Amino acid sequence: MGLLPKKDAKLITDPLLDNNPITIQVLGICSALAITAELKASIVMAVAVMAVLAIGNVVISLLRNVIPSKIRIIVQLVVVAALVIVVDLILKAFAYELSKTLSVFVGLIITNCIIMGRFEAFALANTPWRSFLDGIGNAAGYGLILIIVGFFRELLGSGTLFGIPVLGDPIEKTGVYAFGYENNGFMLLAPMALITLGIIIWVQRSRNESLIED
Amino acid sequence: MGLKQNLHDFKQKNKDKKWLPLFSAFHTFLYAPDEVTHNGTHIKGADDLKRTMNTVIMALIPCLIFGMFNAGYQHNIQTGDATHVSVGFFSSEFWTAANFWIGFAKILPLVIVSYVVGLGVEFIFAIKKGHEVEEGYLVTGMLVPLIVPVDIPLWMLAVAVIFGVVIGKEVFGGTGMNILNPALLIRAFLFFAYPTWMSGDKVWVAGAVERTKEIAVGTSADAISGETILGSLAQGQEVAHSVADMFYGFIPGSVGETSTLLIILAALFLIFSKIGSWRIMLSSVLGALVMGLIFNQFTASGIIAEGTKFYGLMNTPFWHHLLIGGFAFGTVFMATDPVTASQTNKGKWIYGFLIGFMSIMIRVFNPAYPEGVMLAILLMNVFAPTIDHFVVQGNIKRRLNRAKVKTA
Repeated sequence: MGLLPKKDAKLITDPLLDNNPITIQVLGICSALAITAELKASIVMAVAVMAVLAIGNVVISLLRNVIPSKIRIIVQLVVVAALVIVVDLILKAFAYELSKTLSVFVGLIITNCIIMGRFEAFALANTPWRSFLDGIGNAAGYGLILIIVGFFRELLGSGTLFGIPVLGDPIEKTGVYAFGYENNGFMLLAPMALITLGIIIWVQRSRNESLIED
Repeated sequence: MGLKQNLHDFKQKNKDKKWLPLFSAFHTFLYAPDEVTHNGTHIKGADDLKRTMNTVIMALIPCLIFGMFNAGYQHNIQTGDATHVSVGFFSSEFWTAANFWIGFAKILPLVIVSYVVGLGVEFIFAIKKGHEVEEGYLVTGMLVPLIVPVDIPLWMLAVAVIFGVVIGKEVFGGTGMNILNPALLIRAFLFFAYPTWMSGDKVWVAGAVERTKEIAVGTSADAISGETILGSLAQGQEVAHSVADMFYGFIPGSVGETSTLLIILAALFLIFSKIGSWRIMLSSVLGALVMGLIFNQFTASGIIAEGTKFYGLMNTPFWHHLLIGGFAFGTVFMATDPVTASQTNKGKWIYGFLIGFMSIMIRVFNPAYPEGVMLAILLMNVFAPTIDHFVVQGNIKRRLNRAKVKTA
């Protein structure tokens, strides 16, 4: 990234791969399992988390010198809760159907460990600009995994991408369905999301052995 | 120099080759390995892993052959080429070559796909990891075709086998390290991934699915349907099969699980060859009977009225549960899997009892999962280490207490 100095660019690129919040730190798993049956929902969730995390990081970073450390968790919660409510309302206003699919999980962004984790670990000790980049980077790492999982689950589970059939029509038996292919209903269930995630972690760690713990 | 020596020399010559495990797998399959333990234990039993596996496969062969006859028999009954008469086990209606060839042509591909795909995955992992190919798949590969409906598409079976072997076994470290029974995991995968091929009344009889398609395009008018007994009971229908049919296995169902008689013989064989645990088999039968009796009490005392949701299955005489569905097969061949079952004797009693108890409970309360025994065994597989832990801890505590009393 030529736009940013190397040190700042690392804030964005690191969480994408070698320090990915989901596959390496194993944070934010619950939402990754719950809403990844459709690619569209995964992307919306990724964007929502990115907005909350980036703005939240900036706000916390701005306040970092005035927050008394004893009540900092409460302050962080207030900030993230306010942002999540805004995101939720925006979704309800402009993408009502999607907000119904995501249902409670938008609200549960508040408890997403990645957000509190970044507030605690990064925003409280860094400048607003760096915190902003860190928020974007971590949310992008989270979103990347969500999108990969969502891609495979929707493709293999429903035979669609973004709700558009790409493998043919399962009822009319066109496309690959003509050869006897069938959608894998198991991919739509949460256990398969966990297994897909596990396979991603497996692939990642076998490509980069330094990530394997003891 | 005979073949044996040639093979041995060949092995010595290619010691460092990457594909050697592949060769050794076939080598040791043909000849017992001559390398023995170099230190430590000097007295060894002859029943190594391969012998154990072969014994179980021998016990499975009668079920497989019966399954071939039965697949053809059920098909012929539905197409009108055979008549269903309630007769003894050696009925000449059943043991016909025509029946056998239909079943053989259907089931042999299942066996081949199961072994080729499963062993293929094992070989790939063995070469990658550079260790000997493990024998673990020998039994799984035979179990898998016996617990699926006869009409299952081969590619689905292949996908499920890859899933079962990789996720169920290899990620845990291969044979002997798995938490869940791989064969049941493969079946569970199929069950959740492709439910229309694993349940309902269209899949249990060979040719039923094709016939449904023919009806749809109008080339044939006679539907083939063979509901399993559990399916009929769950829907509150009359069961068209006699108890003798259930016992002998002349009923629709997964390939190898219908004949309770043959499974009992296999169980005796496994018990006398000390491969299968009689504790697990016995306690699991007890568990099923207890649960069945409890349900019978519900209906007898009128808590569950006739015509309500669970009545059909609850009112089934409690001992029928042992004959229908995959209960007998699962109990004898899968619950006793030495890797995934409890290891302690007391643990085996608890483990087996809960499998039987829960199989019947799942069967009755959730007609969508008529094969409760599969889910019950998988669930108890997960709990087996916990059961063992408490048994061992309990033993330690008891002995500690005894030691304390003595010193006091």
